[in-house]
Amino acid sequence: MKIYGVALLVFCFLIGKYLGGLLAELIGISGDVGGVGFAMLLLMFANGFLKRYSWYEVQTKAGVFFWSSMYIPVIVAMAATRNVHAAISGGWTALIVGVAVTIMGFMLVPLLSKIRTTKEESDGII
Amino acid sequence: MELFKELISKNGLLFAFLLVGLILGASQLLSKHLFKGRIPAAAIAIIGALLLALFGADKGLANIEIFAGLAVLGGSMFRDFTVVATAMGAEIEKIKQAGLAGILSLFMGVTFSFVLGVIIAYAMGYTDVKDLTAIGAGACTYIVGPITGTAIGASSDVIALGITAGVVKTIVTTVLTPLVAKQIKLTTPHAAMVFGGLIGTTSGVTAGLAATDKELVPYGAFTATFYTGLGCLLCPSIFYYLLMQLLG
Repeated sequence: MKIYGVALLVFCFLIGKYLGGLLAELIGISGDVGGVGFAMLLLMFANGFLKRYSWYEVQTKAGVFFWSSMYIPVIVAMAATRNVHAAISGGWTALIVGVAVTIMGFMLVPLLSKIRTTKEESDGII
Repeated sequence: MELFKELISKNGLLFAFLLVGLILGASQLLSKHLFKGRIPAAAIAIIGALLLALFGADKGLANIEIFAGLAVLGGSMFRDFTVVATAMGAEIEKIKQAGLAGILSLFMGVTFSFVLGVIIAYAMGYTDVKDLTAIGAGACTYIVGPITGTAIGASSDVIALGITAGVVKTIVTTVLTPLVAKQIKLTTPHAAMVFGGLIGTTSGVTAGLAATDKELVPYGAFTATFYTGLGCLLCPSIFYYLLMQLLG
């Protein structure tokens, strides 16, 4: 049933967010540090685990895939609710800082992408 | 009209699904017929949505009552939830392989953003260490800015400036990523992880990657999600201290 997939996704999401909250507390800031990352890792592990014992049914997976396909619509809604006025009217300093920093980040991508963990594909154990 | 308004405001989130469906549908048509498929529909939809946000105020289109549901659909709950769901298609091996580069890119991303933000602010006439730190932190993300600014006691107008720099970064990332992706070799999961770590604004990184290649989203989001935390850790402490030694 699709709900199993959705439930699994929510479970991973909440645990990940909780871990992110704990890490943030440890550092001493409010909010969540890496919660999404932890949740993604959990989901990937769960995915591998269920696959190995072939507990995964197509319908279960469909419950997760539905939400991953809602990703772009959510981003569109997010874009429509940004404070674009502030970005434009924030004065030159904010504008120059924002643009320069982003472009510098872009330029560093090909440089840092050259760094690879030398180890080739391992045995495929997850 | 009253009845219609009431119906919409009671079902705001559902109405938001309809709106986004319409925006994406229109973008698909534009992408196919006007741009002949050269610009992906997702990119057109995102840029179109940013333009629509101009009709509102601080919450974009959601400031207009009947569009308020967009703030729920586009809020952090749905954003994070759907990003996590994309991990279903990600491979753990690829994340492991890019691990070192990902961590390095996080540290470099935060450091370079802060330093460049401070240098530009200095050149624009800001000399106070607190002001410079708040603006430099804002250059990381619009969350690092206010958290750092409040922590060190910077003035509220400078904090606002830092936030704005962060918002500009998010929007520039969203719009530019699909346009420059090929030039900066942003075509592999490995590069996407580096990209997420260097840029760090989760909303910008994920929106930019979604408009470039949906497959890359989980990898970029993975590193970006640690960026704000790292920024909040470094900016008000080590970076502030170093800047004080340098200028104080």
